Amino acid sequence: MLYREAGQFKTTYAADQQVFPIRQDRIGIIALLVVAFVGVPLFASEYWFSAILIPFLIFALAALGLNVLTGYAGQLSLGSAAFMAVGAYAAYNFQLRVEGIPILVSFICAGLTAAGVGILFGLPSLRIKGFYLAVATLAAQFFIVWCLTKFPWLSNNSSSGVISTQRLIIFGYELTTPVEKYLLVLSIVVVLAMAAKNLVRSATGRAWMAVRDMDVAASVIGIKLMPTKLLAFAVSSFYCGVAGALYAFCYLGSVEPDGFSLDMSFKILFMIIIGGVGSIMGSFLGAAFILLLPIFLDVALPFVADLFGLPFSSATVSHIQITVFGALIMFFLIVEPHGLARLWQIAKEKLRLWPFPH
Amino acid sequence: MNFFLEVLIGGLLSGLMYALVALGFVMIYKASGVFNFAQGAMVYLAALSVVGCMEKGAPLWLAIILAFVIMTLFGIATEKFVLRKLVNQPPIALFMATIGLAFFIEGLAPMVFGSEPRALELGIVDEPIPWILDNWNMVISKFDLVAAGVAAVLVATLALFFQYTRVGRALRAVADDHQAALSIGIPLQHIWAIVWGVAGFVALVAGMMWGARNGVQFALTFTALKALPVLILGGFTSVPGAIVGGLIIGASEKLAEIYIPPVMQDMFGGNFGGIEGWFPYVLALLFLLVRPEGLFGEKHIDRV
Repeated sequence: MLYREAGQFKTTYAADQQVFPIRQDRIGIIALLVVAFVGVPLFASEYWFSAILIPFLIFALAALGLNVLTGYAGQLSLGSAAFMAVGAYAAYNFQLRVEGIPILVSFICAGLTAAGVGILFGLPSLRIKGFYLAVATLAAQFFIVWCLTKFPWLSNNSSSGVISTQRLIIFGYELTTPVEKYLLVLSIVVVLAMAAKNLVRSATGRAWMAVRDMDVAASVIGIKLMPTKLLAFAVSSFYCGVAGALYAFCYLGSVEPDGFSLDMSFKILFMIIIGGVGSIMGSFLGAAFILLLPIFLDVALPFVADLFGLPFSSATVSHIQITVFGALIMFFLIVEPHGLARLWQIAKEKLRLWPFPH
Repeated sequence: MNFFLEVLIGGLLSGLMYALVALGFVMIYKASGVFNFAQGAMVYLAALSVVGCMEKGAPLWLAIILAFVIMTLFGIATEKFVLRKLVNQPPIALFMATIGLAFFIEGLAPMVFGSEPRALELGIVDEPIPWILDNWNMVISKFDLVAAGVAAVLVATLALFFQYTRVGRALRAVADDHQAALSIGIPLQHIWAIVWGVAGFVALVAGMMWGARNGVQFALTFTALKALPVLILGGFTSVPGAIVGGLIIGASEKLAEIYIPPVMQDMFGGNFGGIEGWFPYVLALLFLLVRPEGLFGEKHIDRV
């Protein structure tokens, strides 16, 4: 009943083809945006902004990028963190070396740089498929991080490649508080997420999905594999690159190449698997889940330990955390292999009837 | 020239150590199509079980048997509680599940056996062989040689096992076509349990070798990352491929580490060590551009 589209007639093509054709979705999205832009800044504490909300948005953006590549174009990649590193270091260098470049422009340039690198490492995908490609993308992961550590020019000659980001100045106004940074990240993420949502339902997105489902068949019906796959790599890396720049500038403020480790790539991969492969919303749900889970375990484990009177050392706690994390990943895959986005879909189906039985 | 040969042989021998880990990947991929990322974690678990049992007072042979039992039980449990529930899911879901499994092991194993790094004494010393040192002035480690021998024996055993036993035939049938194997009465689940048991055994051998060489510590899980380029170079489905891939990766990686950084230093200045971390991957990548299914992998034919 709550989510029934009956009675919403489309009388124009524009109405029929809009991003959110169902009125409830539109209301929901607007409500969500209002809450995110107005409600959250009013009520959330500083800790929430700097430890949870900002990283959540940044990782959601990175997951979105990986989802474009893996979920829509079907190319499994294990190197997303490396592209984030490219974005972070490119933004830093643009700020450092180009006189008076606005910060937003350098973010875009960082994304474009990452896209270029992404295309380079996407080239093998034209010949290599499946897990061979996945392992090959590890080359990007290790090679890029190594380059950032070893070429001093990239980190302005700092020792072991650590960079401290420049100040965030937009139109002469400097962003310093977590709330301001949160709003900046949120705006960028909203714009890019909308762009992605539109991109995947365009001809490009359909071509990606055709390639994902079977690339030989796709090429037979006239989709050019090379531009399609490389575009997927470019767009994905662009998103990861912007996420990386935000990660450095708005979240940590100072990053080192080794921070963008394989673990981080896996984390992003977990996000899209848990959230839902091939779903824009899934990227957000997955990012929230993966980021909140360790925090939840941090809080819950000592509580459980107290309850049973078990003396846990901090090493044990971290081991239990890893174990539970791994177990939950497996559990989730077994129970709902299509991710949280699928649960949301099922919930929507239920809401069509609810609260009436027929 | 002597130095070149020394590096080359050292590289070849350490390549066989990588191949030991890669073999475990191949076993499972061949039989069930699962890309088991947890193989590195299994190596860690195996080495930890051996050391853990020895600390409890068991002699080496008993510890090895106990570790083997643990690995087998663990493999069977994995098959029963994780993979069987994920039958018919896309390969990426299975792959993710094994990453989850890797985390699970990496947390659980040190909880049970303790996480501090320990030495594993197998009675083989890691020192140069005097005879070669005297005659050719080359440093070839005795330990590496023994490890290479173990790898060779393991591969030969596995090859014979696959070729001549009933179970081996069944394994090959399952690897070829699950459904066809099922329809002629091969119990798929037993076979998978056996495969995981064998992979556990391979992990045990690899874990003991690596553990004895570098100490039993968390870094053992990274052996998986060393094995991956070996794997794609040799082909996911080929046992000999794992060995040849290991030799190529091992030798080229060591040679690259010695000869490339000075060249780069001349060009750019600065320190360019640590090439080992990515060189095997880039090498494997370039190689795959020529042969996308690896050296010995089955040629993939796409049908629309």
